[in-house]
Amino acid sequence: MKKLLLLACMCMFLGGTAQAGTPQDTLVMASKIDDIITLDPAEIFEFSGAEYAANTYDRLINYDVDNVSDIYGGIAESWSISEDGMTYVFKIRQGITFASGNKLSADDVVYSLRRVILLDKSPAFILTQFGFTPDNVEQTIVKVDDATVKLVIDKPYAPTFFLYCLTSTAGSVVDMKEVTAHEKDGDMGYGWLKTAYAGSGPYMLKTWKPSETLILDANQNYWGDKAKQKRVIIRHITESATQRLLLEKGDVDIARNLAPDDIKGLADNQDVKIRKKAKGAVWYLGLNQKNQYLQKPEVRQAFKYLIDYQGMEQTILNGKATIHQAFLPKGFLGALEETPFTLDVDKAKALLKEAGLENGFSVTMDTRNSEPTTSMALAIQATLAQAGIKLEIIPGEGKQTLTKYRARNHDIYIGRWGPDYMDPHTNADTFARNPDNSDDAKSKPLAWRNAWDIPEMTKKADAAVLEKDAAKRAEMYLELQREHQQVSPFVIMFQDIEILGKRSNVDGFVLGPSFDSNFYQYTTK
Amino acid sequence: MTRLLTKRRLAKAAKQTMRLLAMVAITFFGLLLITFLIGRVVPIDPVLSVVGDKASPEVYERARIAMGLHLPLWQQFLIYIGNVLKGDLGTSVLTARPVLDDIIRVFPATLELAVTATVIGVLVGIPLGVFSAVKRGSLLDHITRVIGLLGYSLPIFWLGLMALMVFYARLDLLPGPGRVDVFYEDIVDPVTGVMLIDCIIAGEWDIFKNALSHIILPASLLGYYSMAYLSRMTRSFMIEQLRQEYVLTARVKGAAEWKVIWRHALGNCAIPLITVIALSFGTLLEGSVLTETVFAWPGLGLYLTNSLLNADMNSVLGSTIVVGSIFLGVNLFSDFLYKVMDPRAR
Repeated sequence: MKKLLLLACMCMFLGGTAQAGTPQDTLVMASKIDDIITLDPAEIFEFSGAEYAANTYDRLINYDVDNVSDIYGGIAESWSISEDGMTYVFKIRQGITFASGNKLSADDVVYSLRRVILLDKSPAFILTQFGFTPDNVEQTIVKVDDATVKLVIDKPYAPTFFLYCLTSTAGSVVDMKEVTAHEKDGDMGYGWLKTAYAGSGPYMLKTWKPSETLILDANQNYWGDKAKQKRVIIRHITESATQRLLLEKGDVDIARNLAPDDIKGLADNQDVKIRKKAKGAVWYLGLNQKNQYLQKPEVRQAFKYLIDYQGMEQTILNGKATIHQAFLPKGFLGALEETPFTLDVDKAKALLKEAGLENGFSVTMDTRNSEPTTSMALAIQATLAQAGIKLEIIPGEGKQTLTKYRARNHDIYIGRWGPDYMDPHTNADTFARNPDNSDDAKSKPLAWRNAWDIPEMTKKADAAVLEKDAAKRAEMYLELQREHQQVSPFVIMFQDIEILGKRSNVDGFVLGPSFDSNFYQYTTK
Repeated sequence: MTRLLTKRRLAKAAKQTMRLLAMVAITFFGLLLITFLIGRVVPIDPVLSVVGDKASPEVYERARIAMGLHLPLWQQFLIYIGNVLKGDLGTSVLTARPVLDDIIRVFPATLELAVTATVIGVLVGIPLGVFSAVKRGSLLDHITRVIGLLGYSLPIFWLGLMALMVFYARLDLLPGPGRVDVFYEDIVDPVTGVMLIDCIIAGEWDIFKNALSHIILPASLLGYYSMAYLSRMTRSFMIEQLRQEYVLTARVKGAAEWKVIWRHALGNCAIPLITVIALSFGTLLEGSVLTETVFAWPGLGLYLTNSLLNADMNSVLGSTIVVGSIFLGVNLFSDFLYKVMDPRAR
């Protein structure tokens, strides 16, 4: 008994050293940040990485997170587009200083954009799709004077397409002097910037310990509204239950990855508030057209009637996603919001009968073994069974199922697709375009992965990206989606919602429609 | 004559050392080969970790060549072995840093946890084992057995969350996950990487107290598992020893009971116990994988899990070498202690 008392005393003594709450001028977040594999904006292509870059670097232009169609200047004060729609001239804002103290000029902008193309890392396609190549950057990305930059693209695309691409992480401007000072064997500072910082954003990097912590400090040289919190500490916490405990205790201000159960559990807590924002990612099933059953149009249609959309939304996803059945997520230009499909077993059975498959068939589905994917797969298995389709779930680790999917070796794949930039072409390009369906095709969009040969639809998608009139363009995408919704081998089911839990005194955390538009600088507490 | 003997002994020692070295080398080679093969045989494309799902075919191909994946498997393995011998474990995909640097950074956290847990396990487990052997069938014995049984059967993951819930969330006795409070993040320079020692070096006593309070829960939890194992083993060793005639002799001689138990009997258990402790230390390193996840403890377990899930093969291989070396090292050390304590084993 004495020993127990002693232990309790010791605990209290040590426990007493923990201070309550988080520091007043510091924003503390619990988040999963193990997807950050680089800090170089020319290479960043992951959610957490994009969010880091959004808060530490400036881009030429930005969009309003609540009204995406409103594009406004960042580093570029203004811009003009030539009549042929192929030359863009940007006026660079004067008086911007990098965190290092170096002045920002047109040279930095030209260097940063060329750097993305010359390094040619994963996100480079966002810029190279406009015809920029390592060989022509000297002519296509040019400094006119210290305050003017000219970009020349290869086709008269819809202006918003190009501008939205410049709002992505790849359009971040790096400090040329700082980066070249760390150059090694002509690598344009790539080896260094992978783990370092050379930007001008509201925050600057203090430390990054991979899968452990990311600490940002307010950039005192920032040209816009200075960050309200002096420091942001992001702790890598994988477990939702642990994140919830920390949030309830006030040891973090914001928890970013709460599971539906934990969100429910927090409902009665007065000290915690839940915030939601629709994100661009969509959940879908990809039906491989190499499969003898799935290639029948009636079967594809039947699948769309064999999903319990409402049931899944209310139970498994419980606030983390909303029903959405077209390839453009809500918030995008021309997004189709009609949801014609509901669970209708009789209709599905009739369709299967038309296809001569009234006795059903067996098919497999590659499913990554993480939530909510596994639960969704089980729900789908149950509803398919009602129409006699025997679904065998093949569980696998994320990268493993993806490898199989990319090789077109699946029957059905259940997955989530996030847009790369805010223009509708990002998803049209992958869901509704397949220029070459051969096994050794150069470009392999999602339509290719499901072996869906669509020369006509590809032409329509190509035409939409060249339309300059926004209203006409939106109409073209709506039409494309209506057709796609009915005939495609994609069963699009839901659109993601990002949910975060925050202490009730925390305000002003900006949740945008994508991870590169989540901003910390206005957060108060 | 003596010189000849010494010479012979030296020759024998040299031979033994050679044999030991050869054994270590073969074990390592096998370890590397198997891990390497598993890493390459699994149907996961490692290039995906580097370039992501959306990269263009050119970017993808360039990364594949840069990673040497276009070469035949045997050639890849030879290159890898060559690099390892040069002390180069490659670069991690996840952290963009040399794997060796990563391991040096994360390993001390795991070591700190495992050592503290072993100390707790030994200090509590052995006396418990002794008591329950001496008072067999008593209430204490039953309780110890139940504790041991729970230690074997409860998933560490669940117990960890429950412990956090009770001691952190409800009772407010101990701090939550992490190695220190957020306030203290990044203040102490990592000299050894072991937070407690670094705090002492820096003379930061407040942070030391805070770090100590943070380690109590995860270490006790891990320690609980080794305690359960140690108490079971100690109990059975002790029961065996207490039956021996020398114990009877000692008692007949009139030696005090505590001396009979703690010195004579337990003294004779020490040798097998060393092996058990060494083994349990090894398992703790392994068991730390889940504990580290629950307690957000940035150690080797968490690093290895992340690397595995992301098919970051250099990191997986590097961590395997380290864990393998520790297993080997701990085993060799326990053999050595064995020989020191038991002349018959020499």
